[in-house]
Amino acid sequence: MRPATKSTPESALQEQTRSQENTMTSAIDMIQRLPQPPERSAKTPGGERGHIEIRDVSVEFERSGDWATAVHRAQVDIRPGEFVCLLGPSGCGKSTLLNAVAGFVTPTRGELLVDGAPVTAPGPDRGMVFQQHSLFPWKTVRDNVAFGPLMSGLGRNEAMSLARTFLGLVGLSAHANAFPATLSGGMQQRVGIARALANYPSVLLMDEPFGALDAQTRTMMQESLLDIWSEFGNTVLFVTHDIDEAVFLSDRILIMSASPGRIIADISVDLPRPRIQDLLTRPEFMALKRECLDLIRRETLRAFEQQNGQAG
Amino acid sequence: MSLNNSDIGGEAGSPVIDQVDTPAADTVATMARQAPVRLPETVRRYLVRVLALLAALLVWHWASSRGFNLFINFENVPGPLVVGQALIEALSSADFYLHILHSLRRIAVAYVVAVVLGVGLGILMGRSRLAEDIITPYIELLRPIPAVAWIPLAILMMPSEESSIIFITFLGALFPIVINTVHGVEQTPKVLVRAARSLGASNAAILRHVVLPGALPSIVAGLAIGMGVAWFSLLAGEIISGQYGIGYFTWSAYTLIQYPQIIIGMLMIGGLGTLCTLLIKLLCRPLLRWQVGENDR
Repeated sequence: MRPATKSTPESALQEQTRSQENTMTSAIDMIQRLPQPPERSAKTPGGERGHIEIRDVSVEFERSGDWATAVHRAQVDIRPGEFVCLLGPSGCGKSTLLNAVAGFVTPTRGELLVDGAPVTAPGPDRGMVFQQHSLFPWKTVRDNVAFGPLMSGLGRNEAMSLARTFLGLVGLSAHANAFPATLSGGMQQRVGIARALANYPSVLLMDEPFGALDAQTRTMMQESLLDIWSEFGNTVLFVTHDIDEAVFLSDRILIMSASPGRIIADISVDLPRPRIQDLLTRPEFMALKRECLDLIRRETLRAFEQQNGQAG
Repeated sequence: MSLNNSDIGGEAGSPVIDQVDTPAADTVATMARQAPVRLPETVRRYLVRVLALLAALLVWHWASSRGFNLFINFENVPGPLVVGQALIEALSSADFYLHILHSLRRIAVAYVVAVVLGVGLGILMGRSRLAEDIITPYIELLRPIPAVAWIPLAILMMPSEESSIIFITFLGALFPIVINTVHGVEQTPKVLVRAARSLGASNAAILRHVVLPGALPSIVAGLAIGMGVAWFSLLAGEIISGQYGIGYFTWSAYTLIQYPQIIIGMLMIGGLGTLCTLLIKLLCRPLLRWQVGENDR
């Protein structure tokens, strides 16, 4: 038996064909390695935490005297444990909506609830993974991951052992003492994921986390993310402009359109799990991809015409 | 190619071997020519620096022994040999060390106060717009005033001679430290503050774990510059002192027309200033270990 792919992702990169059997083995391995969440998180195996309610939310910015609408009256209900992708062209407001859920941006209209509590500020219940360069460069990889647990009041020893566990989960135990600058982009993103998860968030917010990675690393990271998510069962809200990525990862795709940023479609993805890269060539995958493409193209054209009409 | 060669080689062995051998021997010769004994990069660079200084010494020696006088006049400038002799003499007198000791003590006191106040003010200004708006005009206005210009006011305002020297030295070190700290604090990447917030960090924790370490490279640069300017200002301050200090030593040598002593004083200030700056950089280096490889990206 090969060792679990998770622990040696570099070798996994070379093995481009990975059988389903192996994915299963690594998943089983993970169950055994998975840290027990502390009492405070009150997480149940069914994943009852992580209910996101976006009620008629608008976000407007003042830009040189003008008000620009980034998100226009978004209305979404995300069930606990769901993997949801926000898909749309750049500048359509998908990151703004994510930032509103994170608490970085305050909506100008509507209400945002996570597990029934209104979002007023960023908090450790909503873990955030950024596109790139978000690790603290002056902290070692282990100290980066231990930061959240330390901030939540855990003792140093406890936080360090949590960090070790989560670094093991993303296959970076060997790099615990390295500084982020010495790691590759893919490794840095894995540290970012471990850091966000170490707080046992009920919601994982991901803002194009694999956007800056090369194609090969990206597909690997997608599979790893699904493995980890299947064990944690937390809600994931994932922003991307990559249709393949959205269809491959999610239970549900929310397509957004620009000017003003609205959610124009809510597509459920019923592809079986666990998902592996073979899926990308299957007809049912293609069908979903086409559906998304058509919707986005139609919307883009409409937006184009609208802009031309306004200009003329 | 090789197949052909071996085929022919069956018939006539030696010419083929010659053909093969010649280029190989050539390569070896080229390699030997290209790779003489190579010094490590850093050693080589420091060697160049030392040689550059030695060259200056030679030019100095030549100009002063020949009485070079073309626009710049070396006729009354003592040569390096005379200065060296005077230096040996000075080094064997206890007074000389007292001068150095007094200067070092003044630098230490002034510098510590400047670092504490400078970094503190810098963080305050970098974090609070109001504080920045209140303090900036003072800094902009006071910064261009040279240390020498402070002498009368320092004497009027400060309780003792010693404290007025320290005050002038402190002023010199303060401004570069404040300005670099503000710059560093304001450069804190927004994404890191957001990351820290979403991991549950309080404002105090963000200051300690994100803002300060992020500003550190800039602060360290300010500390090094501040040390240089401190020495620079010390000389002006020590003109006040009627007793000790390397600045006083230089100034009194000038009034007594002891030319070699002037040059010794100048070189001492340069040397000690360089050493102190180096010391600050070395002390701060462990804090910036994380920057290794950062620039290779």
